[in-house]
Amino acid sequence: MTRAFDLFYGAHQALRSVTLEVPSNSVTAIIGPSGCGKSTLLRSFNRMNDLIPGVRTAGQVVVSGRDVYAPGTDVVELRRRVGMVFQRPNPFPKSIFENAAFGLRLLGIRDRGELEARVEQSLRRAALWDEVRDRLGRSALQLSGGQQQRLCIARCLAVEPEVVLMDEPAAALDPTATARIEELVLDLKKRYTIVIVTHNMQQAARISDRTAFMLMGALVEIGDTRRLFTSPREKLTEDYITGRFG
Amino acid sequence: MSRARPERIGALPVRGPSLPRRAWNAGLLAACALAAAAVVLPLGLIVAHLLAQGLPALDLGFFLHLPKPVGEPGGGMANAIVGTLILVGLGALVAVPVGVGAGLYLAEHGDGRVGALVRSTADVLSGVPSIVIGVATYGLVVVPMGRFSALAGGIALGLLMLPTIVRSTEEVVRLVPRSYREAGLALGAPRWRVTQQIVLPAASAGIVTASLLALARAAGETAPLLFTALGNRFWSLRLDQPIASLPVFIYDYARAPYDEWNRQAWAGALVLLLLVALVSGLLRLTVRRIPGR
Repeated sequence: MTRAFDLFYGAHQALRSVTLEVPSNSVTAIIGPSGCGKSTLLRSFNRMNDLIPGVRTAGQVVVSGRDVYAPGTDVVELRRRVGMVFQRPNPFPKSIFENAAFGLRLLGIRDRGELEARVEQSLRRAALWDEVRDRLGRSALQLSGGQQQRLCIARCLAVEPEVVLMDEPAAALDPTATARIEELVLDLKKRYTIVIVTHNMQQAARISDRTAFMLMGALVEIGDTRRLFTSPREKLTEDYITGRFG
Repeated sequence: MSRARPERIGALPVRGPSLPRRAWNAGLLAACALAAAAVVLPLGLIVAHLLAQGLPALDLGFFLHLPKPVGEPGGGMANAIVGTLILVGLGALVAVPVGVGAGLYLAEHGDGRVGALVRSTADVLSGVPSIVIGVATYGLVVVPMGRFSALAGGIALGLLMLPTIVRSTEEVVRLVPRSYREAGLALGAPRWRVTQQIVLPAASAGIVTASLLALARAAGETAPLLFTALGNRFWSLRLDQPIASLPVFIYDYARAPYDEWNRQAWAGALVLLLLVALVSGLLRLTVRRIPGR
């Protein structure tokens, strides 16, 4: 969850006092037009914004009771607890196995048996195991886009994060692959807390429990997904979801 | 709305390009083909000439024997072949770790003033004539050591390779997509591990290719060796002694007033060419085997 969180890129304020809460073991969707700050907000949860020069923040982002922007926060450790899946599938140019095992090796796991077991487990959770079980040694880049994205999800799940951030995970995929990712998200919320950014309002309506609508860096409205789409409280939300702008 | 001849859609009358346009097209195509031929031709001529002149003087003994005194037939360049391998190896030992390290630094952290300084130094160094590098190494290594040596030759070749390796490494590392780095960092990898385990392997093919190009160029250099490795008519593997090398050998033999030596110079040139082709071929094969490529 965040409390009165501001974020600036240099002089430009990208997030304006955003306050929202993300319940655990649920799917929270963030919708809004391009440039409204939804990806920026998502990247604040695991401090991926730190990589951009000139970023300043104010306010708090609290994950599991700890302010991630507090001085002395171990960013590396934070990113292990808060995994991330990107818009474009970005497997490493390594084998399928090595992709899924990457995070595990970071944790210092060397035992072959344990690695294999946990790779299999994460690939199963990402609904990819049956498709790749007999070619784990092949390059991940030979997989289809949808498979690559599920591999990225498996790679992220392998280190057992508490929260999984997804930045338009299906934006680069065809409808079939998108449907599989959506099924997967519904399945994953039993175990993980998921925050997903999407351009696609139908997708938000299909898979999320709660939806947040953002506009120009500010959080306009957040609430139960069905409620937000059927009886929005804010005029701006209504205009957006009925397609009057955006 | 009437269904006015829907069969015309997609079947609009197509006329070919006009005659002047076709003529212009053919003319430019011919010019490009000519330019392409002009690139291949010199190499073809060099190889053909080398084969014609070098092959007759080339036999097994050329690879196995040492040079014979003037007037004695036969003899080979075994010492020069091995010497060149040692010199280039030494050069690579100097230039590859330093060059790849500096290139990585420039690509990952080199946006500040230090980076700009390193970058322009590398650019200046790559513009320094090879003979000047030879003289500089003479002053820096040969004079303090008190003698010409393989070590000095290797260092001179290393200096020559360094800027190419630095700048090419920087280029190929910059080509590694940002998304790989982000994925690694998002998994909780510290920056050095992302560089070491993702960026470097992803750029490895490019780095090897760049190093090979530098190596191949250095293998043919004569000037930096004249004042450093000097040359040696005898068998020597010692790094603190003068050592023979193919380019210097070719240089000496091609200038000599003896037909036998001139023919051996051609053979040496052919061997040098084959050596470079062989080394780069082998290394390319190895790179292709890198998993995940």
